[in-house]
Amino acid sequence: MELLFLFWIFFKVGLFTVGGGLAAIPLIQAEVISREWLTQLQFADMIAVSESTPGPIGVNIATYVGYSQFGAIGSVVATIGIVMPSVIIIILIAKLVKRFRDHHIVEGIFTGLRPAVTGLILGAAASISLIALFNKDLYDSTGKVIDFINLPAVIMFFVFLFMTNKWKHHPIYYIVIAGIIGIFIF
Amino acid sequence: MAEKIKASILWQLYIVFFRVGFFTIGGGYAMLPMLRKEVVEKYKWATDDEMMDYFAIGQSTPGIIAINTSTFIGYKKAGVLGAIVSTLGMVTPSWIIIISIAIFFEQFADNQIVQSAFSGIRVVVVVLILNAVVKMGKKSITNWISAAIAVAAFLIIFLTALSPIYVVIGSALIGVLMYATKREVTE
Repeated sequence: MELLFLFWIFFKVGLFTVGGGLAAIPLIQAEVISREWLTQLQFADMIAVSESTPGPIGVNIATYVGYSQFGAIGSVVATIGIVMPSVIIIILIAKLVKRFRDHHIVEGIFTGLRPAVTGLILGAAASISLIALFNKDLYDSTGKVIDFINLPAVIMFFVFLFMTNKWKHHPIYYIVIAGIIGIFIF
Repeated sequence: MAEKIKASILWQLYIVFFRVGFFTIGGGYAMLPMLRKEVVEKYKWATDDEMMDYFAIGQSTPGIIAINTSTFIGYKKAGVLGAIVSTLGMVTPSWIIIISIAIFFEQFADNQIVQSAFSGIRVVVVVLILNAVVKMGKKSITNWISAAIAVAAFLIIFLTALSPIYVVIGSALIGVLMYATKREVTE
């Protein structure tokens, strides 16, 4: 039963992930955090692993979350869940719709959807930044504003923001460099 | 039309998409050059134009682009079975690699060095997602309505417990309405 539930959760994620890139992240985040399957911290680490290992990011995260809850079988169930809507919808489109891209309604849908997905992904980044750049827990206990900011992390954030925009290397390089720096400063 | 699909074609589809999944880190656009090389140049399953069409459809349908594209090519080549086999090929490397890492990570998660490394990596995860958002925003936010949709979506996901699914459905409906009213005005 629990596996069926896992399947259903990732089926929903697959169905409502539109627009590619990191669009699956806010959806998976909402599911796993609200069910307390993972903390924000664990989820952020899963994103890092998924971005720096082979395979589509959405599939990697689904695999990881499924494994963390129900082991190897969970990872298979979650992955099949997230890809199932794709397989069904694409087969229907390939069969039925000749000129899918020219349909006015599709164009309309995406006019609204694209900015919304942009906002959703920004939201996912903002909630991860609360644990990556700020010490929300420490601030909650001490109440001092100075405790809220994780200074080395914030400095590192701006350095990497500059670097990634100046030199366009594959994300994996920056992840490795950040890991090495992290070992020395955190 | 009841063509019999040879097992060898299915095997080939599986292997090709396994390779693409295994050798591309990041999915989406990162996958396109590798996919082109295998599908267009090596196996000639599709032309460049068809490939771009599949990719564009993959982007504008629900699901992960890499999966959508592989499903499409698999279906065109060998029907429903081809679609399923291609998708399985694409996800198998993720299973193998992620499960291995998860097992490894379980043992070292409490290690101080691993924790410090991930404290640094989390900072970069925020940077990388933010860069992706800026790139997407430049294309998707073109007028005040789209800017308002983006801000509303951000506030809803960040400040409320509402599922992002409602944001996806709601924004798609707004888009359809915008398009319908625009057409009425111009016609």
